[in-house]
Amino acid sequence: MSRRLPRKDVVIVGFGWTGAIIANELTDEGLDVIALERGPWRDAPTDFPPGYMQDELRYRIRHELFLRPDQLTFTFRNNMGQTALPIRSWGAFMPPNGVGGGGVHWNAEMWRFLPSDFVLKTHLTERYGAAFLPADMTIQDWGVTYDELEPHYDRFEYLCGTSGTAGNLRGKIRDGGNPFEGPRSRPYPTPAQAQPFSHTLFGKAARELGYKPFPQPSGNLSQAYTNPLGLRLGPCTYCGFCEWFGCSNYSKASPQTTILPFLIRKSNFSLRDNSEVIRINVDRSGKRATGVTFVDSSGEEWEQQADLVILSAYALFNVQLLLHSQIGQPYDPVTNTGVVGRNYTHQTISSVNGFFDNKKFNFNPFIASGSIGMCIDEFNGDNFDHGPHGFVGGGYVGQVQTGARPIESTLVPPGTPSWGAEWKKAVKDNYLSTVKPGTGVHGSFYAYRDIYLDLDPTYKDRFGRPLMRITMDLKENEIKQNKFLTDKFAEIVKAMGAEKLAVQYRTAPYDITTYQTTHLNGGAIMGTDPKTSVLNRYLQSWDVPNLFVMGASAFPQNAGYNPTLTVGALAYWSAAAIRNQYLKNPGRLVDA
Amino acid sequence: MHKAPRMRAFAWAAILSAATVCQADGGSSSPQEFTQIERGRYLSILSDCSGCHTVPGGKPFAGGRAIETPFGNIVSPNITSDLETGIGTWTDDQFDAALRKGIGRTGAHIYPAMPYNAYTQMSRDDVLAIRAYLNSLQPVRQSRNANTLPFPFNIRSAMAVWNALYFKAGDYKPDPAKSAEWNRGKFIVDGPAHCGACHTPKTLLGGDRKDQYLQGANLQGWSAPDITNSRRAGLGNWTVEDVATYLKTGHNRVTAATGPMAEAVDLSTSRMTDEDRAAIATYLKSLPGKDESGSAPVDANVMAAGGSIYRDQCSACHGIEGKGVPHLFPSLADSAMVRSNDPTTVIRMVLRGARSVGTKGEPTAPGMPSYGWQLDDRQVTAVLNYVRNSWGGAAPSIDAGRVTRVRSDTASRSD
Repeated sequence: MSRRLPRKDVVIVGFGWTGAIIANELTDEGLDVIALERGPWRDAPTDFPPGYMQDELRYRIRHELFLRPDQLTFTFRNNMGQTALPIRSWGAFMPPNGVGGGGVHWNAEMWRFLPSDFVLKTHLTERYGAAFLPADMTIQDWGVTYDELEPHYDRFEYLCGTSGTAGNLRGKIRDGGNPFEGPRSRPYPTPAQAQPFSHTLFGKAARELGYKPFPQPSGNLSQAYTNPLGLRLGPCTYCGFCEWFGCSNYSKASPQTTILPFLIRKSNFSLRDNSEVIRINVDRSGKRATGVTFVDSSGEEWEQQADLVILSAYALFNVQLLLHSQIGQPYDPVTNTGVVGRNYTHQTISSVNGFFDNKKFNFNPFIASGSIGMCIDEFNGDNFDHGPHGFVGGGYVGQVQTGARPIESTLVPPGTPSWGAEWKKAVKDNYLSTVKPGTGVHGSFYAYRDIYLDLDPTYKDRFGRPLMRITMDLKENEIKQNKFLTDKFAEIVKAMGAEKLAVQYRTAPYDITTYQTTHLNGGAIMGTDPKTSVLNRYLQSWDVPNLFVMGASAFPQNAGYNPTLTVGALAYWSAAAIRNQYLKNPGRLVDA
Repeated sequence: MHKAPRMRAFAWAAILSAATVCQADGGSSSPQEFTQIERGRYLSILSDCSGCHTVPGGKPFAGGRAIETPFGNIVSPNITSDLETGIGTWTDDQFDAALRKGIGRTGAHIYPAMPYNAYTQMSRDDVLAIRAYLNSLQPVRQSRNANTLPFPFNIRSAMAVWNALYFKAGDYKPDPAKSAEWNRGKFIVDGPAHCGACHTPKTLLGGDRKDQYLQGANLQGWSAPDITNSRRAGLGNWTVEDVATYLKTGHNRVTAATGPMAEAVDLSTSRMTDEDRAAIATYLKSLPGKDESGSAPVDANVMAAGGSIYRDQCSACHGIEGKGVPHLFPSLADSAMVRSNDPTTVIRMVLRGARSVGTKGEPTAPGMPSYGWQLDDRQVTAVLNYVRNSWGGAAPSIDAGRVTRVRSDTASRSD
């Protein structure tokens, strides 16, 4: 029996980027808001101090900032014919945990999606015909357009102080930026970050090959910045410890640096950490959420009632909570019915490492930031004619090397022994003269009928609930897309002057053990039809109108960009709908 | 659990204690009158009453906070209008005597941890306005724990001697030769805001050293800086605007408020009017202070070692040139605090770190991390001697023994 806490106007489940955005927006509206966070409280100066934050063993290898699988994990299989097994050590992706969520330890790459990405099904069908798409591909339009999201993209960019060079300012294409981006209403708030040697060399090589390279938009700031909430950020020091790490210099946009110090001053906001929500409660009709039930670190169960429930956990946990709460019909790939768990996607990434003559090239590769880089966008989305290539989708490619942290930066050219004196010598010879772009090829991942999330029939979590099961593989379309992009990328790295290349294509089967990105999407997607989406265009549950679900779980499929800027823009878009429409007349914002 | 906001706006709709027994004297305005209450509210901010009489996060003005003095801890009393545990039954005369003469209700002396030697500069009307404000708040029933003063300081009558030496009663007398703004500033500084309580050095008996007025003092494990216009140690390189911005937001282009001053900014100076902050700044900038250049050259090896440590540990935020980032990371190059003769605070900052104050104007509240676990006393000494004597600055050399003493003195203190 759970103990009941005083009722609130709003309960927020999960306190990362979207939880913080929504909390700030709805407290501005005068609502009494409580946020519940499964993990610990984390604050910039006390939890990410420069004295020890740059510890690769502690944070990268030992995963200090992430969820522990023994607290909660998933089962995994590649296809419906297999038996899924629990993930006991994180590999392909890293579930965040704690206040700030993934916003603490991200790289802060701040990409907008293309206008055509939001109307993908319509766009591709019109251009190539329905028959061009694989039969089992289940891509769909988002229900929201780029133009509708633009002010919200802008808002999130200015909250973060994003450093970049505009490529399309109000429809006017500008040199030095991404000429393929959708029109932006304002320039970036701060100029692009300075680019280290290898990144600059990539830009030069790409330009000479006829491409239009531009600096990657960055949430690691090129200069000091004061955001619209009055919070101050410092200039990035290019220390090269962003992804997996908190920023010790107030230079990386995170909930801690851009929202929390402002938010926690409000008397109508409160937060409980170490509080794991296990269920969204609904009334007898099943059409109204009454609040949530959570468990504290003593194992005590509490009920927090609220008029409005905001689900803003990491994508997978959003879907899992909906399944456990029996909100929305679970997806069944056999009958192709139901919605919760449908259109689960990831990111198709690969890389090409380039080995250069160490007498001519010293890249000082440790000088970097998580979102440093020179990129090209010629092969993203539908920026090029896919007709001759037999696949859809694409991605940006670029030299986006985020540092050269010692444990993971021991690259040696192909053919080097994997241990011993010769290996050691090769590590030493190549450390300063290797280009290691990490996710240099950053491709889209489209949705398929038999790639999905559901509840596992066998394995249970510590509360006795079924684990969520991931069924995920790489399809021919993505494999072709990746081969095409990786080859294009390799040409540019070669043109930089590399003597040897190590080309790594993304291939099937999908590998759950090696890190790709944490860009998991879908499972609780937005759309225009309740038969094929969990949420309407405002991220409102079709079934339970006082429940809104934030995050990349709403993406119908993934574009060839990092998702966070779009996740943040959608949160502002949804918050605006709640503030301007829902609160005046609580109920469905879109008729089904 | 983090319930973030501190109870700050005392939004109680004037709940008047039914038992409010204070008699309004003839001529003074009614204690139930808005103007009077509002004036008292503002005077209580100028006087930072809640700094001592409210436990952080506790009920406003209910007392119970231990105030550390060199003689032992004194626990602040409940000053709400509760009849039994507060001051609900006090007469106006008794209240006035306590605030302006240091005489408690029973006639016994009050310890000067209560700054009656400063509050005496307020008028009786001022003090009764504060009373009217306190009476408008919800009474809180909360007894206080006993003081922990050792003999002989636990004998209150000893305060009579102290008063004879250090206490001069009397309202503020404006200096007609000075501007109204200057006079307002001096009144606030010497009167309600009792700046000298922390910033003026004390004698062995805890009285002000008048000859070193506002030239910096050491208390509660911190060195409060010189706030005269001294170029090296004080505010000489700040503009009036810099001072006012600091008081308003806790931050300016040079530095940030931490420690006890962070609390004073939060509870008092950030809530003052812009005019009063400007008046304080104008007055403080008019104080010449002392300007001695008391530094000897630091050993070149120490400077080299300190420079290396600085580069590795400090420069990411404070910059190779020590300039920091205005309003975010203090400029060590321009900070007088860094070069103060008493290095307690700057040593403490390196050893233990500190959180700067968050205010409405500057909510970021950045923090200095602790390096005490990472740098030993000699390394701290080296880096501080480097910082104190670089970028055109100069300050007396610190020896490692000083760092050791601060380390042990602050080991059991809370941040």
